[in-house]
Amino acid sequence: MSGARQVKFYQVGSLAAGNRLLAPALRSGQADPDRSNALTCGHRACQGCGEALGARYVLDAAQRASGGKVIAVNATGCLEVFSTPYPETSWQLPWLHSLFGNAPAVAAGVAAALRAQGRTDVRVIGQGGDGGTVDIGLGCLSGMFERDDDVLYVCYDNEAYMNTGVQRSGATPPAARTATTQTGAPFGQGKSLPLIAMAHGIPYVATATVAGLRDLEAKVHRAMGMRGARYLHVLVPCPLGWGTASHDTVRVARLAERCGLFPVFEAVDGEVTDVTPIRRRIPVEEYLRPQKRYAHLFEPEVRTDVIARLQRAADRNVARFGLAEEEAP
Amino acid sequence: MWKQTEGSRAVAETVAHCRPEVIAAYPISPQTHIVEELSRLVRSGTLDPCEYVNVESEFAAMSMCIGASAAGARAYTATASQGLLYMVEALYNASGLGLPVVMTVANRAIGAPINIWNDHSDSMSQRDSGWIQLYARDNQEAADLHPQAFRLAEELSLPVMVCMDGFVLTHAWERIDVPDQERVDAFLPPFEPRQVLDPAEPVSIGAMVGPDAFTEVRYLAHAKQTQALEAIPRVSAEFGEVFGRVSGGLVHPYACEDADTVVVSLGSVCGTVCDVVDEMRERGVRIGALAVTSFRPFPLEEVRAVLGGARRVVVLERAFSVGVGGIVSANVRTALSGIRLDGHTVVAGLGGRAITKASLHRLFDDALAGRLGELTFLDLDTGLVERELARMARTRRSGPSAENILRDVGSNR
Ligand code: SF4
Repeated sequence: MSGARQVKFYQVGSLAAGNRLLAPALRSGQADPDRSNALTCGHRACQGCGEALGARYVLDAAQRASGGKVIAVNATGCLEVFSTPYPETSWQLPWLHSLFGNAPAVAAGVAAALRAQGRTDVRVIGQGGDGGTVDIGLGCLSGMFERDDDVLYVCYDNEAYMNTGVQRSGATPPAARTATTQTGAPFGQGKSLPLIAMAHGIPYVATATVAGLRDLEAKVHRAMGMRGARYLHVLVPCPLGWGTASHDTVRVARLAERCGLFPVFEAVDGEVTDVTPIRRRIPVEEYLRPQKRYAHLFEPEVRTDVIARLQRAADRNVARFGLAEEEAP
Repeated sequence: MWKQTEGSRAVAETVAHCRPEVIAAYPISPQTHIVEELSRLVRSGTLDPCEYVNVESEFAAMSMCIGASAAGARAYTATASQGLLYMVEALYNASGLGLPVVMTVANRAIGAPINIWNDHSDSMSQRDSGWIQLYARDNQEAADLHPQAFRLAEELSLPVMVCMDGFVLTHAWERIDVPDQERVDAFLPPFEPRQVLDPAEPVSIGAMVGPDAFTEVRYLAHAKQTQALEAIPRVSAEFGEVFGRVSGGLVHPYACEDADTVVVSLGSVCGTVCDVVDEMRERGVRIGALAVTSFRPFPLEEVRAVLGGARRVVVLERAFSVGVGGIVSANVRTALSGIRLDGHTVVAGLGGRAITKASLHRLFDDALAGRLGELTFLDLDTGLVERELARMARTRRSGPSAENILRDVGSNR
């Protein structure tokens, strides 16, 4: 682990103060000036990039959980491109990028090598965006799940191919405008990778967002405490693709959670074991309005029919996962 | 250890003696016996430590080898035909990253039409993938090339493909001296990676490279293949010292010193060609044969040295570049640039069609008599082809060609 450089602190105010009131073990990894800082500053992500934020929390937490012994395998995508334009790299941990569609298999290869070498102390993380995970990488990911390879795979889901200019992916939600769904992505298409992962019966599946960073860290810690194939699906708003203000990334992620469109839960061995209940639920409209990718639902006229369909989808999530506070297990 | 065994088994046992630490396996005919045997060797503890992973595709197989190799493990896989094509993206990636993966290709045709039998269309299609390509003439050499492949791969940090003819070699039983553990250990040192994913010394592998440095990085790939031209004969010679036989190397000339006519070929057909050369020599014909073992890198100088003095060169190829003709021929022509001689490309043995001695005798007689054109498809049934071409000219909806031709073949009988 490279602790050579003191990390800069951007977080001030109540959150940082709150951290100081906690016992050191309970504080966020990010509150530690000696944290590993896996993804260091100077990379070329857009301002307010949710993926950069999510990846830093995930990898720092993983390094903390494993004594710094983490190898990361990255799919092609924004995270790969903005972090390593040759000859600069923002990665402070051993990092390998091979292709767009093979990160799970490459990560499984690293894990197999470590096993053959008897290096059980070193852990492997595979990571990619939603395109690399739910579409082109799905075959390799399913194989990795099915074999129960000892890899934690993290999908940073920004719901489209952002690196190539915001085209629809299998994770793009219905009605969202992308460069290839000009009038909004169709209903009835797309896939939920957390559910597909659960269907493989792997030891651990969890979802999280960059609005719940302590929750994200905790889930990474839990996942790192297990062996076998584990899957973490993190919602990471993309200001460029979603048409949101750079300072709104965390807020938009929170709205996604609070309206019910993005359920936050954990599943062990294919069964949901925990959900994050929604405090003060909001109508989906509040989540949709700040995003330009949904602007066509509000102008020139308000598409109450489409918004109602999205509301029903959110309601279904709330019922299915028991997200309403009183229903929470 | 001498034994009567199948080519695939000999290769699998030899690979096991090379102590790979990760084997990624996905089955495809005619490669299956190799990965089956390796599975048995790992399961029984004969090969240990080794992670044998049944992957879900060839794309995953090569990807897994990439990850394993980057983590400092000796990685191996085997494939053929469609499988090789399915892993193409990862193939280029392994060589681009400079990862010394070794892979056996049980050469097989590519569909459509689907065909499981032997030719070289698969590996020839990957001649520009940046992998070193070695072609085995027989099963002894197929086995022997594997320890050499690991040596070369790891010395140069480049992946190596060992090509052996599907069925003709993979499924043939013969007496083979399988390189034993002791001698392989003496010949092949442990893998010392040039780059490795290690938390103690973190590096980023696979960074994006723009126009400012891409040419230089790509040129290095070429420079390393050029180094292989020196390394391949050296490693082959060292192998000879340990094992007491000639295997591998760049080229193998046979009766070429005084030859007017030289036949160039790759793989298992080289044996048949040498037999025909012997028989024609008995008739007083000055003919020789040149087996090309290393197709990538292509040994321009060695080929020129052997062929430069001949009057006529016949290149016998088990694949072709549609729309132009010979693949090996084009490389031979580069080797002979500035030298004037008669050159003939002969495409033979596609999709498992046997290349018989009788056909080769006729072919070489035609060449000697000046009756051979620049491009010939050996034993092509022109009647069948003309019937289908006529059918296509006659009606717009002439239907699927393969089925039409098969029907014609049936009705001819
Ligand atoms: S396009 Fe989106 S995901 Fe990509 S760097 Fe910018 S904000 Fe991040």
